[in-house]
Amino acid sequence: MNNLYTYLLMLGDNSMILGHRLSQLCGHGPNLETDIALTNISLDLYGQVRSYFQYAAKVSGNPANTEDSIAFLRYERQYLNGLLVEQPNTDFAFVILRQALFDIYHLYLLEALESSKDTQIAAIATKSIKEVKYHQRFSSSWVKRLGDGTEISHQKAQYALDTLHPYSFDLLNENAIEADMKEQGIGADLHIIKEKYQDTLKDLMVTSTLTLPDNTFAHKGGKEGVHSEHMGFILSDLQYMQRAYPNMQW
Amino acid sequence: MVAGKIHIDPEIYSVLEAVSDPEIPVLSIMDMGIVREVILEGKSIHLKITPTYSGCPAMDTIAVDIKLALEAAGYQATIELILSPAWTTDWITEKGRQNLLDYGIAPPLNDSQDKRALYDGERLVPCIRCKSTNTKMISQFGSTACKSLFQCEECLEPFDYFKCLK
Ligand SMILES: [Zn+2]
Repeated sequence: MNNLYTYLLMLGDNSMILGHRLSQLCGHGPNLETDIALTNISLDLYGQVRSYFQYAAKVSGNPANTEDSIAFLRYERQYLNGLLVEQPNTDFAFVILRQALFDIYHLYLLEALESSKDTQIAAIATKSIKEVKYHQRFSSSWVKRLGDGTEISHQKAQYALDTLHPYSFDLLNENAIEADMKEQGIGADLHIIKEKYQDTLKDLMVTSTLTLPDNTFAHKGGKEGVHSEHMGFILSDLQYMQRAYPNMQW
Repeated sequence: MVAGKIHIDPEIYSVLEAVSDPEIPVLSIMDMGIVREVILEGKSIHLKITPTYSGCPAMDTIAVDIKLALEAAGYQATIELILSPAWTTDWITEKGRQNLLDYGIAPPLNDSQDKRALYDGERLVPCIRCKSTNTKMISQFGSTACKSLFQCEECLEPFDYFKCLK
């Protein structure tokens, strides 16, 4: 497989798996407004996934690949999303903290990809960034409300942050494919993104009265297809229709 | 390609004008500004459209509706979805904005007013019923990704506001 194809999967899989996690909240949000917001964010992410996978199908060199086959017919080890996005909807604080960590990373990533030499990736980034700005505002404002809210909301937000933070490094540490894409002027420079990410996160934590964990232990492996135990459950949900009824259409 | 204005054969224009967004039926696709290029060769047409939001579920339906409308007018159409330049609410025409308002959706403010209304709680979005700007945001995301939910504090009318996308 060529590196561009793999890179597109890495980009698309993050949005797809997070989009799936958020879609699981449809009808289960803590109130109507957040329920609608989270599912709208899911929809935006799925739209972006379609763009990535349509393009991935084109560059894969295999005429049998389509956006659907890429989305639904891979095995677990072939999904290349970061570990953060597959973490469960434990409670609202987890949903918000997971979203906030991802949104900060996502926004800087898209900003960098806007000037990709690959015009299709640049176009997808320019389109998506307008949507992701709204996502980031939404998640950050909720982190502030929870962190600087009541004693219990603060406690829950801090616990979610402590639990999720070790999963976030996975997105930010460059692997060989990303290094190659960066060299070619196609991919983003994760070293720069990581620095910006850490600064923004630090500021957000200060205004939210939350404490970033000292522990720098980092779970890793998502981008190489080595996932947490949650991934299998996600895929059995996500792939059920296509596995049970191959090639079925709505 | 020039963003904003495009030149289209008047006969084709009137066919396309009759196609609307299934989620906002008063808004013609021409007033939405999603038709970016129309290439006419005899009776075949190649048309480029751009999505409003990436995940807009109406895009596939709109593409089919365009094809059917052009077929009924005697044209064979192929439709291509393009992403660049990315759609902005600035491309909604004056007529489109008026139609939105008449339909009960507040049209997008300019970018800086939009951000102040959505994030700083400034009262800037005029009520669709009594025109008062004494309105507050109820929810950043509304019935679809492109809208927010507002409520008027004068007449209490709840209404959708079409967010600025730039
Ligand atoms: Zn009013």
